[in-house]
Amino acid sequence: MTESGSARRVRVSSPRAGTGRRRRPSVSSEIDAQTELGEVYVRSLVRTQLRLAVEVTLALAGTLGLLPVLFAVVPASRTLRVAGVPLPWLLLGVVVYPFLVGLGWLYVRRAERNERAFSELVDRR
Amino acid sequence: MTPLAGIVAVVAVSAVTIGIGAFGLRISRTTGDFYVASRTVGPVANASAISGEYLSAASFLGVAGLVLTRGADSLWYPVGWTAGYLVLLVFVAAPLRRSGAYTLPDFAQLRVESRRARSVSSVLVVLIGVVYLVPQFQGAGLTLRSLTGAPPWVGEVTVAVVVLLIVASGGMRSITLVQAFQYWLKLVALLVPACFLLVTWQRHRVPAAGRLDVADWVEPLGGPHGLYLTYSLILATFLGTMGLPHVVVRFYTNRDGRSARRTTVAVLGLLSCFYLLPPVYGVLGRVYAFDLVRSGGGDSVVLELPSRVLGGSTGDLLTAVLGAGAFAAFLSTSSGLVVSIGGVVSQDLLSRRMEGVTAFRAASAAGALATLGLTLASSGLAVAHAVELAFTVAASTFCPLLLLGIWWRRLTAAGAVAGLVVGGGLSTTAVLLTMFGAGPSGAPGAVVAQPALVTVPLAFLVMVTVSLATSPPPQVSRTMVRLHAPEHLALDRGSYHPERRHELHREHHGGEPADEPA
Repeated sequence: MTESGSARRVRVSSPRAGTGRRRRPSVSSEIDAQTELGEVYVRSLVRTQLRLAVEVTLALAGTLGLLPVLFAVVPASRTLRVAGVPLPWLLLGVVVYPFLVGLGWLYVRRAERNERAFSELVDRR
Repeated sequence: MTPLAGIVAVVAVSAVTIGIGAFGLRISRTTGDFYVASRTVGPVANASAISGEYLSAASFLGVAGLVLTRGADSLWYPVGWTAGYLVLLVFVAAPLRRSGAYTLPDFAQLRVESRRARSVSSVLVVLIGVVYLVPQFQGAGLTLRSLTGAPPWVGEVTVAVVVLLIVASGGMRSITLVQAFQYWLKLVALLVPACFLLVTWQRHRVPAAGRLDVADWVEPLGGPHGLYLTYSLILATFLGTMGLPHVVVRFYTNRDGRSARRTTVAVLGLLSCFYLLPPVYGVLGRVYAFDLVRSGGGDSVVLELPSRVLGGSTGDLLTAVLGAGAFAAFLSTSSGLVVSIGGVVSQDLLSRRMEGVTAFRAASAAGALATLGLTLASSGLAVAHAVELAFTVAASTFCPLLLLGIWWRRLTAAGAVAGLVVGGGLSTTAVLLTMFGAGPSGAPGAVVAQPALVTVPLAFLVMVTVSLATSPPPQVSRTMVRLHAPEHLALDRGSYHPERRHELHREHHGGEPADEPA
């Protein structure tokens, strides 16, 4: 490679580079260093997932969990028949199972969405 | 009926089980393989395996017997055993997998960084495991007796020997295949005879007046303290599932936290399909085998029905199918329990003296033989009682440890140990009193018979109170990242690693990376 004045390479750079603006640390390094900001990220993930878990549990407690109270308070619910089958047997023997599977499926969808949001946050920078 | 069909069924199930176990032997080589199948198991196989392991004698025989004798209230048993997986799914599944713990003692040590919490957990795992094993062995004895007329100890010894052969030869790898196979065997074994029985019942309307329309039986909340007993049972089963040692060890076989969740939903589906069936046998038993209600032989109603309803060679064949399913139920649950007892005992008691795989084999053998001895010595305890005890103790100990450990940073070693001791001590005492008929009468009697509604909140209360008075472990922030952050993110999750811990164990004779200062 011969050197000629006109073909000489010139480094082109932004006039603002290196003038005080430091690169911000990534979210993952904030979490690894357990800085206050990193802790906020982790705590918010844990809190979001806990809220979801509590919501599902309340849905379970507010439906299935109230059945014994219903049977105790409204005696007619113990003897009511639906299509020839006593209501308690229909609910506890059949209906409850698709309900549980459905609740589990909904939970998984939302839990994975929460994790995706957290991952995007961490990967963004 | 002729004993031949029953003997063939039991021998066939045992042979196929040992066969698949031997196949697994050629694949599993290292300590990691033995415990957790090296995490190469797919989600469908894994969900089948979890369900196969979970559906025990209590599910296959016990639920139908309870429905036969106690009616609507006993429907809460299968409902609770299924809903327990939903609670496990939303609170425990993914974080537990991400913790990297093989066993509950591993989790205790990782989270509260205490050797003592680990030891207390190990004792509880063995306690819950043995309590759950005894009724499995007893159920096998009863089944073999109603199939062949052999005395109960024959079935008990057979189950113990077959389980030992499977576990000691292939560990978890072969167990996973065996368990997956046994879920489908159990489902088919219960489904096919049920179809035959229902069709026959529809054809010849047998008069059942005074049997199906009894208010005490057909309506829920029969008997004194019905509401308390129902809610206590709900609490024990909904919260106890997550604390059963053989259930927890399974979650390590998932690839990551996300697949642990998906596997658990699949388990919910598989259990839901299965639990539609046992009540059918209970109701049909009310029509065809009402005498079992008075003779107290409810547990055998599933095995009795085909010969009573159909008779002849069809009846014999279906009885053999049901016997095979029942035997599969004992084998799968027993081998899962023996694996988890073996894993804990070999890690915590034997690893300083023996190489990993040898220790695991020795510990499994000791666990199974000790249980067998206990079973032979203590014949006559009701199967349902012992299974309830296992759930109640698990709900009063490992449930608060897992829930607080995963979701509450303030949990401390002292809090965890105090809660485990109080919850475990109270629940064990209560159910021992019930088992030996020494419980009080009236309202205190109801509490002792079904203590979960009292002992579970108490265990939580003690764990929280003592934790607030002591300081949390130093690495808790790191542990929280480990439990909750998805695996694909490159984050520092701390140094604790069960597989490496095993290596360290063998090299340094017990150098614990996450040990508390002595």
